[in-house]
Amino acid sequence: MPTELITLYRSMLFSRLFEASVARLWHAGRISGEMHLGMGEEAIAAGVVSQLIDGDALALDHRGTPELLMRGVDPAALLCEFLGQENGLCRGMGGHMHLFAPDLLAASSGIVGSSGPAAAGFALAAKRLRLGTVAVAFFGEGAMNQGMLLESMNLAAAWKLPVLFVCKTNQWSITTRTASVTGGNLIDRARGFGLATREVNGLDVFEVWNTANRTLDEIRSGNGPAYLLAHCSHLEGHFLGDPLLELGRTPLKAFLKRGGGLMRALFRGKGKPFRERLDALLQLNSSSGALKTQSASKFDPVCLARQALDIGEEKIAALENEVQESVNAIVARALQAQEAGI
Amino acid sequence: MTRVTISEAVDDALGQAMAADERILLMGEDVQGMHSSLFLRFGSERVVNTPISEAAFLGAGVAAAMAGLRPVVEIMLVDFLGVAMDALLNHAAKVETFSGGRWKVPLVVRTTIGGGYGDGGQHEQSLGGWLAHIPGLAVICPSTPLDAGSLMLSALEYGSPVILQEHKLLSKMWLDVLGSGGRKTVTYDIPEGTSAELPKLWEPLPISKGAVLREGSDLTIISTAVGVHRGMEAAQQLESDGISASVVDLRTISPLDRDLIYREVRRTGHLLVLDEDYESFGLSGELAAVVLEAGLSIKYARVCTRTTIPYAREREDQVLPNVERIITAAHQVCS
Repeated sequence: MPTELITLYRSMLFSRLFEASVARLWHAGRISGEMHLGMGEEAIAAGVVSQLIDGDALALDHRGTPELLMRGVDPAALLCEFLGQENGLCRGMGGHMHLFAPDLLAASSGIVGSSGPAAAGFALAAKRLRLGTVAVAFFGEGAMNQGMLLESMNLAAAWKLPVLFVCKTNQWSITTRTASVTGGNLIDRARGFGLATREVNGLDVFEVWNTANRTLDEIRSGNGPAYLLAHCSHLEGHFLGDPLLELGRTPLKAFLKRGGGLMRALFRGKGKPFRERLDALLQLNSSSGALKTQSASKFDPVCLARQALDIGEEKIAALENEVQESVNAIVARALQAQEAGI
Repeated sequence: MTRVTISEAVDDALGQAMAADERILLMGEDVQGMHSSLFLRFGSERVVNTPISEAAFLGAGVAAAMAGLRPVVEIMLVDFLGVAMDALLNHAAKVETFSGGRWKVPLVVRTTIGGGYGDGGQHEQSLGGWLAHIPGLAVICPSTPLDAGSLMLSALEYGSPVILQEHKLLSKMWLDVLGSGGRKTVTYDIPEGTSAELPKLWEPLPISKGAVLREGSDLTIISTAVGVHRGMEAAQQLESDGISASVVDLRTISPLDRDLIYREVRRTGHLLVLDEDYESFGLSGELAAVVLEAGLSIKYARVCTRTTIPYAREREDQVLPNVERIITAAHQVCS
């Protein structure tokens, strides 16, 4: 394996600690709007992005921070963007869901499924202008029901485009269990379009790296598009402040917040019998419970990579200190710039 | 009594209608979680979570309406209609005409619009003009919870496709989910008077009828949704500058309440359109056109959104219509 685990661990850890700082700034009100973190997806991002070469393109969803960091986007520019500053990656115009790095052919979007057509287009350009390069689309499994993504799989297969479709599945489409709104299985679905398919444990960076390595080789040599289904979890739910995750973590507080409407709904005349209404309430609660278990450390790819490291606790601790310090320095610089009004 | 904002009011009115009419169902992404009070009361057959497939479930909503159901389809943010526009543009809006008036589409689309909470230009648009451009679609854009709930009832009775837009700054529920996420560290410029007590019984309010919220003699400010509240605030300040401004809440963008517009504009001779939607080729230009068509000679100004909405909060506040811009425009048009 040409890339050592320690290199992959370092980039995963950097992403994790960077996003932990983003979360703190978001909670402090320094970052506005929604915030979708890639916490839990780092092994997938690292396993794939670490093998991209110059000229490869990246089409990202609303959760693209880890991929962009690992692709080499300046973390300070990224953070300044989240803070809405002129010196941000997109001059404060885009925010975390709308990130663009033209020099790296990396584009993201907040419209679910849109990374599929984007990757197909990048790959079309690659085929004519940069032979041997590929386009990678990252998206969640919720996007697998979006027509434009499925259409782009067909397009990529029909035109034999060099696309790797990476589906990160945590089995939840925001608050909806994906299985409850999805027919068949996703591997069969991708295979039906004529894509080569592979399925990996997305918590295991080794496994992702090895599989992506083989798959990307095949794509680069002109075999057409492929589909990689990677299983993972979202440690912070769909987005920060995820109402369902909150319901699981602090049920009483969350219930009180929404309590008025829910109590009325339990007792209001006409509609379902009381017993069934209570069941529906329990169903909402159990959904949040299921979401909560996702944040356990056995689903944490960074913890798992750390356990697999064979360099001794001392060296690991030194590495972690070094990464934390570099993140701290970036945060301090970005906040200084914000206070200076840049 | 509990005070509620626009989306909870729409839910409450919708609940009343659902209790009375088994054909009504609500479908959309995460509706069971987002509209949990309706889910509890009516269950998963009538409050239906959809996959992230706007084109499919909106298209299905059109045909379900043609086949006897009364679907209310939620598009979580109006921006996402980009994915599903065919269902509205080429089907919902066309079937009645194509069938020689023999087949109607009693579909209601509810969706959220608007910015002011820093979510970026792909999640904060107000696209009323884009939708109202299409013949065959009624477009509602209320400014208060009571209007919104009443208009939901009217939309369900309308018989043809209606799009009901809920502005996120007027909706505590959506602002909590999309803006605050449980934080107390962020603030928004939410106008006064955006909550109300739930009525015991909802009564429909006619679609296509606006309301004069403030009488003035020098200038008519016409707006919808948050703009109505900003217009009221500006009108108050303008009073001390010696400008007496009317404020008209259109409530419905299409069909336009032309008589009200003519009457008000004729009285003051000065029109200021305040629209959070894009400036070019939208409601503001349409109002100028209908006034000119009626042969009225007036002075005209508009305060709208001119560019893609920036993510950065301070710049977003400058791009969206604000009271300062309204006052400047009012002085210019009245000078």
